[in-house]
Amino acid sequence: MADELLEQVVTAARTHGITEVEAIVTTSDDALTRFANNTIHQNVAERTRHLSVRAIVDGRTARATTNRLDADGIRGVVADAIAIARLTEPDPELLPLADPQPFGPRNRFADATAQATPDHRARIVGEAIRVVEGASQTAAGIYSTAHSTFHILNSHGVSAAYSETMARFSITAMAADSSGWAKASAVDLGDLDPIALARSAAQKAAASAHPRELPAGRYTVILEPAAVLDLAGQMFGDFSATAIRDDRSFLTGRMGKKIFGPNITIYDDVRHPLQAGAPFDGEGVGRRTLTLVDKGVVKDVAYSRHAAALAGVAPTGHGFPLPNEHGEAPTNIVIAGGETPLDRMIAETPRGVLVTRLWYIREVDPYEKIFTGMTRDGTFLVEGGQVVCGVRNFRFNQSLIELLSNVEALSTPLRASGEETFDMVVPAMRVKGFNFTEVTKF
Amino acid sequence: MKDLALRALDAVARRGVSYADVRAQEIREREITTKNGKTGHAGSSESVGLGIRVIAAGCWGFAATDDLTPAGLEAAASRAIEIARSGVVARKADLTLAPEQAYQATWVSPFKIDPFSIPVDQNLATLLAVDAQLRRTAGVNLAETSMHFERRRQVFASTLGSLIDQTRCVSGAGFSALSYKDNEIHKRSYPNSFGGQYQLKGYELVAELDLLGHAPRIAEEAVALHSADQCPEGEFDLILDSSQLGLQIHESVGHPIELDRVLGSEANYAGMSFLTLDKLNQLRYGSEVVNVVCDARLEHGPGLGTFAFDDEGVPAQSTDIIRNGHFVGYMTSRETAAAVGRDRSNGCMRADGWARIPLIRMTNVSLEPGRQSLEEIFDAKHAIYMETNRSWSIDDKRYNFQFGCEIGWEIRNGKRVRMLKNPSYSGITTEFWNSCEAIASREHWTLWGVPNCGKGQPEQVMGTGHGASPARFRKIRIGSAYGG
Repeated sequence: MADELLEQVVTAARTHGITEVEAIVTTSDDALTRFANNTIHQNVAERTRHLSVRAIVDGRTARATTNRLDADGIRGVVADAIAIARLTEPDPELLPLADPQPFGPRNRFADATAQATPDHRARIVGEAIRVVEGASQTAAGIYSTAHSTFHILNSHGVSAAYSETMARFSITAMAADSSGWAKASAVDLGDLDPIALARSAAQKAAASAHPRELPAGRYTVILEPAAVLDLAGQMFGDFSATAIRDDRSFLTGRMGKKIFGPNITIYDDVRHPLQAGAPFDGEGVGRRTLTLVDKGVVKDVAYSRHAAALAGVAPTGHGFPLPNEHGEAPTNIVIAGGETPLDRMIAETPRGVLVTRLWYIREVDPYEKIFTGMTRDGTFLVEGGQVVCGVRNFRFNQSLIELLSNVEALSTPLRASGEETFDMVVPAMRVKGFNFTEVTKF
Repeated sequence: MKDLALRALDAVARRGVSYADVRAQEIREREITTKNGKTGHAGSSESVGLGIRVIAAGCWGFAATDDLTPAGLEAAASRAIEIARSGVVARKADLTLAPEQAYQATWVSPFKIDPFSIPVDQNLATLLAVDAQLRRTAGVNLAETSMHFERRRQVFASTLGSLIDQTRCVSGAGFSALSYKDNEIHKRSYPNSFGGQYQLKGYELVAELDLLGHAPRIAEEAVALHSADQCPEGEFDLILDSSQLGLQIHESVGHPIELDRVLGSEANYAGMSFLTLDKLNQLRYGSEVVNVVCDARLEHGPGLGTFAFDDEGVPAQSTDIIRNGHFVGYMTSRETAAAVGRDRSNGCMRADGWARIPLIRMTNVSLEPGRQSLEEIFDAKHAIYMETNRSWSIDDKRYNFQFGCEIGWEIRNGKRVRMLKNPSYSGITTEFWNSCEAIASREHWTLWGVPNCGKGQPEQVMGTGHGASPARFRKIRIGSAYGG
């Protein structure tokens, strides 16, 4: 379908005297079964297709997008992109369209996920609800299955296509004064274990009943992978050559310097077996694997074609579709782990706080990378190497630079899924001196 | 569009459902940004499609499609019913909706200048002039400006017999100046952070904002923050500008009063609410001067939550939420209204497009103006004044919050005595609103637009409105974001 659309786009552009055009064709087929109060309360599906056209006109560029994929719609979106481009100022730094290059085709497709039915999702949800009900608790959550395609083509011959399926299961178990949460995602729904996730959420809700209130202050914390993901994930937009050039990255003045502990190594690796996403960027440039942080030292950042041309280096394949003002960012994060399983982290902790997940994380200070947020759905006091009780949830104000300098132990990394950033491959971490500043009412 | 909606409704109704509604939409948007003297983004988008919502076998089902052929509509209708029937395995009780009448109506939001009639080069010329002005101030490293325009026509048809054709026109514009120096990044934005001001208006909003006129002050403040003192940590009286107070209302009143949250529908994602049903008409939410309404009617103002009918065909209404400090109302849907024994929804169901179901969303949740002049608001012996949001966070039951602002000033005896950088404040929702001692009068009241409110799974992004005027609060915890 995409090749035919490009042909129509190119033909339509020629009628305006324009030959430099790019088309991005996306399709998605998403379904989500949502439950709360131990019943399915929202149950939805959406099928969408989009054609997004970028035209280059005498050193100017603009984009127009439509979901009307008939002949009129295609002619209209091409005309819009060209008309807007003609009204913009010329950009002397604008590059010609990308040329074709190899990136290694790699789809992530599981037939079971693509073919999942409403009855399948409802049956699994029903079983998970029964697990939580069996613990005299109340369940809420989602089970979603999706199939999406992303195809970028241009008049220079680029034709890069990617197809992916993704299944997600998330569950919150609620008791009278406590709650527990678990979530996972996988390309193949057969790799998810919703019942195990339901059991884990119910166990956390039971174990955190009658939470104690601890005073705010600095604590050793054990962050489960979802908590690491949602907090550490806030900083990767700064690993961008454009953000550094704009002086809005915390890496301004810190490239090549050791800013984290020696046990912190971070990659961007789209080919990691637990990762997902297209192996090329918004211009069709193949993604390279980057070592963002090597033993605490900031090493690589992402370069779009534009940022790379300004810096005189090769693009890394992390650019966003043009035109945009943000440039690029790594989105396939893998934080290298250690050899300390979560249970041993707990066992080796004289006193600390075990954190299941973090919530409503927002940046307080852009250069010191201080973030605030809350603990949620399973926060526990650890004493003498054992989880002794649930505790009321804390607010934190924590610098990521300080946090990643204070990591005492790491587990094996796994594919983690949260609610504050995109999925990543991260370990659990034990961190000393985590800054809890306030306590809430539950 | 009407034919499309009615054909889809017919396709689903004849398959046997106890209720169905269809929303067919045409959406057109334009986004223009600049960065340091160059075009950042220039683009337009259009989207056409429809969503079919049904109750079948006592369960909800929903399917959305952009295949608007007869076969596409039939397939979507069939899919919506299949999805609904699948829910029977986890059904606890049949669904009940509060009664509503059938309406036939056509409504277009008022505007003076169609934003899509203004050429893109005129948009850019306006923004680039602001961009250039910002960069005339030494020390501004990054100047960014933006405009956003949206026209959304929706035809709603339901098995109740409603056929409602609504068109809403939204405009937004703003800019920011960022200054990096000595390992600190400071930013000032106008008229608000995160894209500026958004209202249910046409291009006239851009002229009203006088972007160019405010650029010199904003640029100078961004640079001056490097020389400002750090905001102190401790307990102080706090004065908030109306834009920050708008976000405070959004987070600590707007979300907790969503009845679906209260009843547990959002427990897995956005969370629940401390405003459990026993709190209604019992809780002292704020001091005597605090009055909050949820008002979607046009007479409230051109807000992002202004409309004629919500997305399940209920007319726009005004509901008291806090009256003289007492908690007196929730935002409801037809389903949640029935669940708590109400005879009618107060019309707060909204979807962010044709592909998503409506959820309870804030309309215009506004703090009514008080009686004080601005001079009286600032007439404090010692206080901290904060302006323009920088960060916002609140727990999943909406008790504990923390906000950071772009800039602050120490106030002594009613005068600004020094600029403060990195100001922040925190607290517990009801304690905060009970500490409100003065609210400025209507002439200082602004209906702010929050264009980026997230809720639901899959997540939907919605625009909400919040009217507020500057207000003063007693003994608030300040500065803990940088504490510890």
